[in-house]
Amino acid sequence: MSILIDADTKVICQGITGSFGKVHTRGCCNYGTKMVGGVTPGKGGTKDENGLPIFDTVKQAVDATGADATMIFVPPTFASDAVLEAAEAGVKLVCCITEGVPVNDMIKARAVVDEMNGSREFTTGSRVVLLGPNCPGIITPGPKSGGGTSMADPYTSTGCKIGIMPGYIHTHADEAKCTTGKRVGIVSRSGTLTYEAVWQTSELGMAQSTCVGIGGDPVRGLGHIDCIRMFQDDPDTDGILMIGEIGGSEEEAAADFIKAHVTKPVAAFIAGRTAPPGKRMGHAGAIISAGAGGKPTGTADTKIEALRAAGANVAETPADMGRAMAAAFGL
Amino acid sequence: MARLHEYQGKAALRDHGIEVPRSGVARSADEAASIAREMGGAVVVKIQAWTTGRAALGGVKMADTPAQARAHAGAMLGMRIGNFPVTELLIEEKLDIARELFVSLTIDDAARRPMVLLSLEGGTGIEDRAEAVHRLAVHVSTGIDRAALEAALAGSTIDEGRRGAVAEAIVKIVETAAAIEARSLEVNPLVITGDGRVMAADCRVTVDDYAVFRHPELGIEIARELDHPPTELERIAFRVEEADHRGTFYFARLPHSEDDPKLVGFHGAGGGGSMMSMDAVTNAGFTIANFTDTSGNPSSAKVYAAARIILSQPGLVGYFGSGSGVASQEQFWSAYGLAKAFFEVGLSIPAVIRLGGNSEDRAVEILNDACKELPAVVEGYRKDDTPQFCAERFRELVEASGDRLQGTTREVPAFVGKAGSLSVKIDRGTLWVDLDACDSGTTALVVRHSSGLLKDEGGKPAIALSDEELAGKDSELIACEVECRRVGKPVVFVDIPIEGLD
Repeated sequence: MSILIDADTKVICQGITGSFGKVHTRGCCNYGTKMVGGVTPGKGGTKDENGLPIFDTVKQAVDATGADATMIFVPPTFASDAVLEAAEAGVKLVCCITEGVPVNDMIKARAVVDEMNGSREFTTGSRVVLLGPNCPGIITPGPKSGGGTSMADPYTSTGCKIGIMPGYIHTHADEAKCTTGKRVGIVSRSGTLTYEAVWQTSELGMAQSTCVGIGGDPVRGLGHIDCIRMFQDDPDTDGILMIGEIGGSEEEAAADFIKAHVTKPVAAFIAGRTAPPGKRMGHAGAIISAGAGGKPTGTADTKIEALRAAGANVAETPADMGRAMAAAFGL
Repeated sequence: MARLHEYQGKAALRDHGIEVPRSGVARSADEAASIAREMGGAVVVKIQAWTTGRAALGGVKMADTPAQARAHAGAMLGMRIGNFPVTELLIEEKLDIARELFVSLTIDDAARRPMVLLSLEGGTGIEDRAEAVHRLAVHVSTGIDRAALEAALAGSTIDEGRRGAVAEAIVKIVETAAAIEARSLEVNPLVITGDGRVMAADCRVTVDDYAVFRHPELGIEIARELDHPPTELERIAFRVEEADHRGTFYFARLPHSEDDPKLVGFHGAGGGGSMMSMDAVTNAGFTIANFTDTSGNPSSAKVYAAARIILSQPGLVGYFGSGSGVASQEQFWSAYGLAKAFFEVGLSIPAVIRLGGNSEDRAVEILNDACKELPAVVEGYRKDDTPQFCAERFRELVEASGDRLQGTTREVPAFVGKAGSLSVKIDRGTLWVDLDACDSGTTALVVRHSSGLLKDEGGKPAIALSDEELAGKDSELIACEVECRRVGKPVVFVDIPIEGLD
């Protein structure tokens, strides 16, 4: 029915009393996510403005609420500790939204998570799945059934949104605006481009099964391949839209994976075609390296070439992402 | 990623037990001569600039005498390498090199750990000799794979007696990288001298931008991969970034000429959304002077500061703002910040701003209406207007305009600083209200748009909160200023001076 999260996922927020944690906890509640509590050390025993119980530790929150997912909004220096606290408390899906986490902290946190899983990859069977940091989160949309302006009148009763994305742009297959019957799984390194892709696919009459913003940092949790594998195996995902950026080599690896394992239609877009080499374009991972012998690596062109060779329909411009997906479906 | 100079990188290596040549840093030809004299014997004079291939550029020279060192230094200190004016030289003892090795550590995103590239047969032309390169992973708790390192050394032509010292140096290089949180650390060459010492003869280091704050000892001024010493504008922008953590603000000056007839200021929103918008405006034939991103619910004050900084760059023919079409932030706050910046500088070049996202209709209405009296054409667009469309429209407006800015300064209304005006401390600035100009109708208008921060007291606006509460406010008051101006009552001014600009 979707990947990683659904209407039954119970979610807590680490950093629920901070300014961002507060705003986005409310946003998730209003969407219809089963928010069950939050964590702020020192404020255990109190409640937040939505009436959610606050705990001192993730362990206490999990024991009391049975939470299986967390959304982290703590400052960068504490983010990797927050990730590990959640993983060790038994939370199955750890979503770290925080931007600016030092790469060494993530290398350590990821190594611990991989050790817990006994694998360097994430699958639906992983003991703990890490998403982010520096990402918008994950959403499995539900059909609109309410106003979405309060917990009492949520946007949907069968969806789940964990993160900072606007919920209303998404489409569920049961909604009238899904005229094609197609359900797209979206995986993206860019938050804002995810929203753009969601909007475009919705406008063209497609629905989304699950959308995952994997984040723009060089070392992080879920990668393109993890998500593409889950979408390929998900009976309720009909096609995959992948959005990459310059820098690193993950899109090239994903292209190899698509070629070998993916039978569903795939569309893609790569941002940063006109970026000059050696300049970080905002995201920590979005930088074209000078490369050996002066040949730049991680450019948009090498990624696009690899994806095209793997049979993906690569959009020329971001305005064509939705149409590229539709074309991949043969619509 | 932030760069270190060779001498800074060597200091870090030395602090972690790696032998480096005796040296001193010279900022004048006289200093170079006196360092050479103290050193005794032949020295190498090297420019300290963020570039590669210094030797080919004439930036590395041997000097047998202090007088030669002085002459070389005199010539080099006038050099300009790309955007980098040479102001510092490293004067180093000349080594008796018996053998050169190549060691390079980078954070490998696919391996998710540091990876060491090692060539034991010399560093020149390493990229063409892939077979001679060893790749050694660094484990997060156990460090570099010692067995693999020793096996690589055992298979090399390095003297058996020196292999232990080479291994030790490589281990310490890895430790240095971890200690200073390097994103990359290259020692090329690592040398074995005629008398058998193992030394770092040159190094290139970049540090994780996100970890720079933990390393004040490195003296990095701006956590960014610059190819030039920070400009005054970059310093100004970075201070704004550091001071205000509500949302992100990223400012990077891109290589450009101020005479470029297609030079534009670029203001994106969101990492990927900014990149796609940059692609759109570049493909429309423009050169962007800067890459800027304000996102993650930035305050109006932050967007205002970003716009002011962008507009202070000389040579701009237009201002292009565009990010994601569906930004998950209340876009009217951005519209207020932009409008304030635009009318403070009396904008005269076209601005096209794609404000797609939450509350986009309100945002576009605010921007278009607030800027209607400006000499410039300012147009706001929504999510359904693609970046390509916006870039095309922008091109038409720029072609029709023909104007070109030589930097901008802000204009402050006369009631600011006047006795009789209301003056209250707010976040990083001061709120001014022209009380003399406030009749009961105007007062009501000001209060209505103040989000409850101001009240009507005897027919004049007054603060409704305590001084302490108001001291943390800015965006609501910027909104109030813009709203009053929209209806022709410019009686409110939010004075948030940007250090270095105002």
